[in-house]
Amino acid sequence: MVPLVVLAIIIIVVFYIIGLYNGLIRLRNQVQNAWSQIDVQLKRRHDLIPNLIETVRGYMKHERETLESVTKARSDAMSAVSVADKAKAEGILGGALGQLRVAVEAYPDLKANQNFLGLQEELSSTENKISFSRQNYNDQVLFYNNKIQMFPSNIIAGMFNFVKSDFFQLEDKADKEVPKVNLESYTSGQK
Amino acid sequence: MWELIRANRRKSLVLFFIMGMFLVLLGYLIGQAFKPQGGGITGVVIAIFVWFILNMISMFSGSKIMLTVSNAKEITPDVHPRLYNIVEEMRMAANLPKTPKVYIINTEAPNAFATGRTPDDAAIAVTAGLLAKLNRDELQGVVAHETSHILNRDIRFMTYAGIMLGTIVLISELYLRTLFFSSSARYRSDSKGGGQGQLIMMVLAIVMAILAPIAAQLLYFAISRKREYLADASAVRLTRYPEGLAAALEKISGSTQDIETANKVTAPMYIVNPLKKKGMKIADLTSTHPPISERIRILRSMAGGANFTSYQQAWSTVTGSPSHIIPRSGLADNESLGFRPPASGEDIEADMKQSRRDLGNLMMAVNQYTFIDCPCGVKLKVPPDYKSLQVECPRCGRIHKVSD
Repeated sequence: MVPLVVLAIIIIVVFYIIGLYNGLIRLRNQVQNAWSQIDVQLKRRHDLIPNLIETVRGYMKHERETLESVTKARSDAMSAVSVADKAKAEGILGGALGQLRVAVEAYPDLKANQNFLGLQEELSSTENKISFSRQNYNDQVLFYNNKIQMFPSNIIAGMFNFVKSDFFQLEDKADKEVPKVNLESYTSGQK
Repeated sequence: MWELIRANRRKSLVLFFIMGMFLVLLGYLIGQAFKPQGGGITGVVIAIFVWFILNMISMFSGSKIMLTVSNAKEITPDVHPRLYNIVEEMRMAANLPKTPKVYIINTEAPNAFATGRTPDDAAIAVTAGLLAKLNRDELQGVVAHETSHILNRDIRFMTYAGIMLGTIVLISELYLRTLFFSSSARYRSDSKGGGQGQLIMMVLAIVMAILAPIAAQLLYFAISRKREYLADASAVRLTRYPEGLAAALEKISGSTQDIETANKVTAPMYIVNPLKKKGMKIADLTSTHPPISERIRILRSMAGGANFTSYQQAWSTVTGSPSHIIPRSGLADNESLGFRPPASGEDIEADMKQSRRDLGNLMMAVNQYTFIDCPCGVKLKVPPDYKSLQVECPRCGRIHKVSD
């Protein structure tokens, strides 16, 4: 009788540990998934820019510099390899797009162009999506980190080397005016 | 967020239990009133059977009933890119597994609802009037509110609660009617066996049949109101912009139009009660939604950021009640979430000018009209049942092919 009870207890404990472990794996995957969603949106922004430039070029005779800076920022952002470079390049791209948006105000014809309005909507939605997926990433990191720190899952987390992820934060309030992506804080946690 | 869902589920179970008790008691008393020996059990069995059947019906037809009844049409992203984008944005913020389907209801009255039992098969429907009246931020607020209903599992819960309520109402009504029509016959046959005991049972059953639906309804409404507040709070947490939802609610409440396809049963699903009783203040207890003015004031007095604690504080200040509208567990993590700035103002005004024409085009697109851009600048709108293969431009006379 006693060995049976001991066996039952052992089985229950093993299943409990498996459950905790799987829970941690699931949360970690969600963090990674949330991160990849940000990446998808960054890529989408890169894809939209050539169309935007093409549409805008015919109208904006006097804004060659602005357009060039957007194009350059885009190609820099696309060729950036390290996460730190990426963060910087995406920040510059966000700034250049912001300038373009200001410049557009001087061209009423352009603002009435259906094609442009469509692109404008796509672009601002993409920027919203970047910030909402960042928001979601932080939520997921919060769940994950809480789980890693709380008893009893912290024991499993320690045993199988689950590391805390870092939040993805904007540096200051002014950054929020122009959507800017900071990838730096991410590197330290996800390596 | 997950703590919230769990807390909601706990509360739901308590409510189901209470409503279920009403149902069982009602069935028992009615059964006893008909047949003093063992009739009570039969009554309970019948009551549960009715409840089961109604559940089955709702299970198989799912969210389709609500969408069909309100005459909503599903749209693809190209029909209204902005609406679709916003839904997608909110899906990302809420981390839903799938983008909800998007529906448009062809009515001028601004309103919206969400439906679907699980986040996997959810749908968000908005009226054409809503799209015409709201700017991007406001529309985002409304979509966020509906997304929160999906996220917090409100729809599933309200469906179950609605079915329970429906069963109680149905059985009470049936009993009172049979009683009314057959009263003379019953008294005669009862006179030999029943006696006083049965008379008491009958009185109790009648009292129960009158009171149970009212009590169940009050419970249902109270929970519905609470979930509206919770969805507002979650919407702010998702968008980080309370003013968007506040302004949207203001515009929606400013409209005096009713939705023709809405009725008492579907009313709790909408973001704002679609049935407005003009010149009459609806009593707080029997209303499915909290007063809009109050919801707006709470949103506008959120001072401590976009988190739940801030909403809870604003709620307590505005309503003057110390109770918790947000489950305690939702307030625990104490995160600091700042607000975001509004979208640019220019964009909004351009929207409003265009919106009337867009609305017409939108409804045509929803109803599967084909659009042909003529080089002379005219946009031809070809109805789906147009038979001929060619169409002539009324301005310049060019002939266009109608492709399908």
